Amino acid sequence: MTRRADAVQEVGLAGKTVIEVKDLTKVYKMGEHEVRALRGVSLSIQEGEFVAVTGPSGSGKSTFMHIAGCLDRPTSGTYQLDGRDVSRLQRDELARVRNQKIGFVFQGFNLLTRTTALDNVELPLLYRSVNAFKSSERHRRAMEALSAVNLQDRHHHMPNQLSGGQQQRVAIARALINEPSMILADEPTGNLDTRTSIEVMGIFQRLNVEQGITVLLITHEMDIAEYGTRIIRFRDGRIVSDAKTARRRVASEELAALPPPEPDQAPAPAAQPEPAAAH
Amino acid sequence: MSLLMTLRIAFKALGRNKLRTALTMLGMIIGVAAVIAMVALGSGATATIEEQIKAQGTNMLTITPGSVNAAGVRTGFGNSTKMIPEDAAAIRDLPQVEFVAEGVNTRAQLIYGNQNWSTTVQGTNVDWLTIREWPMQYGAFFSEEDVKSAAKVIVLGANVSTNLFGDGIDPTDQVIRVKNELFRVLGVLGSKGNSAGGTNQDDQALAPWTTVMKKLSGQINLNNIIASTRSADDVQPAADAITDLLHTRHNIANGDPDDFTVQSLEDIIALRTQSTSTMTSLLAGIAGVSLVVGGIGIMNIMLVSVTERTREIGLRMAIGARGYDVLLQFLIEAVVISSVGGSIGIATGYGVSEFVKYYQNWPTLIPINAIIMAVGFSAAVGVFFGFYPARKAASLDPIEALRFE
Repeated sequence: MTRRADAVQEVGLAGKTVIEVKDLTKVYKMGEHEVRALRGVSLSIQEGEFVAVTGPSGSGKSTFMHIAGCLDRPTSGTYQLDGRDVSRLQRDELARVRNQKIGFVFQGFNLLTRTTALDNVELPLLYRSVNAFKSSERHRRAMEALSAVNLQDRHHHMPNQLSGGQQQRVAIARALINEPSMILADEPTGNLDTRTSIEVMGIFQRLNVEQGITVLLITHEMDIAEYGTRIIRFRDGRIVSDAKTARRRVASEELAALPPPEPDQAPAPAAQPEPAAAH
Repeated sequence: MSLLMTLRIAFKALGRNKLRTALTMLGMIIGVAAVIAMVALGSGATATIEEQIKAQGTNMLTITPGSVNAAGVRTGFGNSTKMIPEDAAAIRDLPQVEFVAEGVNTRAQLIYGNQNWSTTVQGTNVDWLTIREWPMQYGAFFSEEDVKSAAKVIVLGANVSTNLFGDGIDPTDQVIRVKNELFRVLGVLGSKGNSAGGTNQDDQALAPWTTVMKKLSGQINLNNIIASTRSADDVQPAADAITDLLHTRHNIANGDPDDFTVQSLEDIIALRTQSTSTMTSLLAGIAGVSLVVGGIGIMNIMLVSVTERTREIGLRMAIGARGYDVLLQFLIEAVVISSVGGSIGIATGYGVSEFVKYYQNWPTLIPINAIIMAVGFSAAVGVFFGFYPARKAASLDPIEALRFE
């Protein structure tokens, strides 16, 4: 996983554009009613940035996230991901792009129940359309990803044996496994307590700084957004501000400054929320 | 994703809720077991009839006057349909035919002392014993001379002898009265029990056909002719040759209906087993209805499963599963349920038929193609009833699916 950081330095691709969006609009039809979720959004995100997208409910940030994550297509405008125009691709093509280029982290973790952490992390590898790996190689890569989030010792645990923070870390490892162009995190700390939230944000920051991984974070909480290097604010389907973070929060410093965790706050199996129920 | 991988994922998914998987399979298991058990019983019954008919004689042909319709009922008796002894003689000359025996039947009362017994007296000739492969119990059969001279000699069936003379007594050379004539008993046939049609084969007596014709019944036409061939391969050629011969002898032009019927044992088997075959098909069909019910059960559970796993499906799509991947996964889950259920059903059906065979002494037989069909049908049920839920899963919108509660 450190290959990317080295590559960035060696080839001097510090200025490589991961996301290039021009005049993006999205219009939904609700019966006879038209909802303009995005009203012309343009932005550009470089490799290695840690961008937080924030805004109130209904601002269009979720719609933007869906399009950025290739889960949806814009009504008009263009979206170039890693230099390739993905705005008009068909469903199956979009699936392939998601598999290769994007690592998702969700608020609800969405891990498969009754499945080990290792198998959960491995899952994106099974859907590769090119260069499928054999099982020993898949295991190796999955262990590597778990090590990156310090969970290699719990690779055989099921989600119900892991705390919320640990589950989210497994989800982050899963997002990393296919070496995507970016991590797309949708309210990743929404179901975590304060301390665990800071820990998870610390992992994002570490991956971003040490390995040069591009992070696109969607959140409605301003204090979470401040962990990023750049904050883009949406309102009513438009970008109203896009600037470097004024006072950036550094998770590692904050954690060091916190008092030691109370016994009941030590990692324990989560009661919150249901991971993607798989039967 | 490779098929093997999808198969493993399907098995894992089914293993997550073993009870539900087992209960869903139950429909298929019962359905297939029922079909297999019905087919086993029906095939066993058919095979038994076949066996009994084949025991009447090897490579035997029966020629009767009149035509036989599909139900085995003879129509067209009377003067317009007749067979004469010259017909039998002509058949005897055919190279494909090895043995021929004329048949003249009448009913008569046999009297010995104060015992009497009413039975059928079959007029035939010496080849009868060979054609029917019938062993003798006492004494001997009549000879060519007896036939030529229309001698008043008679061979008794085992049942007739017992009724006239008592059990275990050799009546050879005894004299009995048949109608108004005195007949000398030449011997007794070995016992063969009941025929496939249920008649007691030991309840008959045999005499030279010339004797029966001239002295007992007064008829000039034959009631039947039986013949046998050297080998099984000769049976059909012989049947064809006899048919052509009789067409010529009876002046039947091409296209005109026959006034006789030539039946091999195969033909008779087909006739007699028609009803058991029909019963078997009917029972299997009814049992097959439960297969449909089992399939509907699979579809129902798969639909529930798809709804429950909506977020999982959304997640899989988000990380790169295409519609086809999702469709295949759920389709295979359904096919695994139906195929494994079907296989267990076959084993269960086999067990039931063995149980019945052992305790009830009913014959059972499971033909190989029934098993192949059961396996194929089970898989097909899975594909057919699993397709709709699989397609539903594949056409989910990932965004909606991820939001699903």
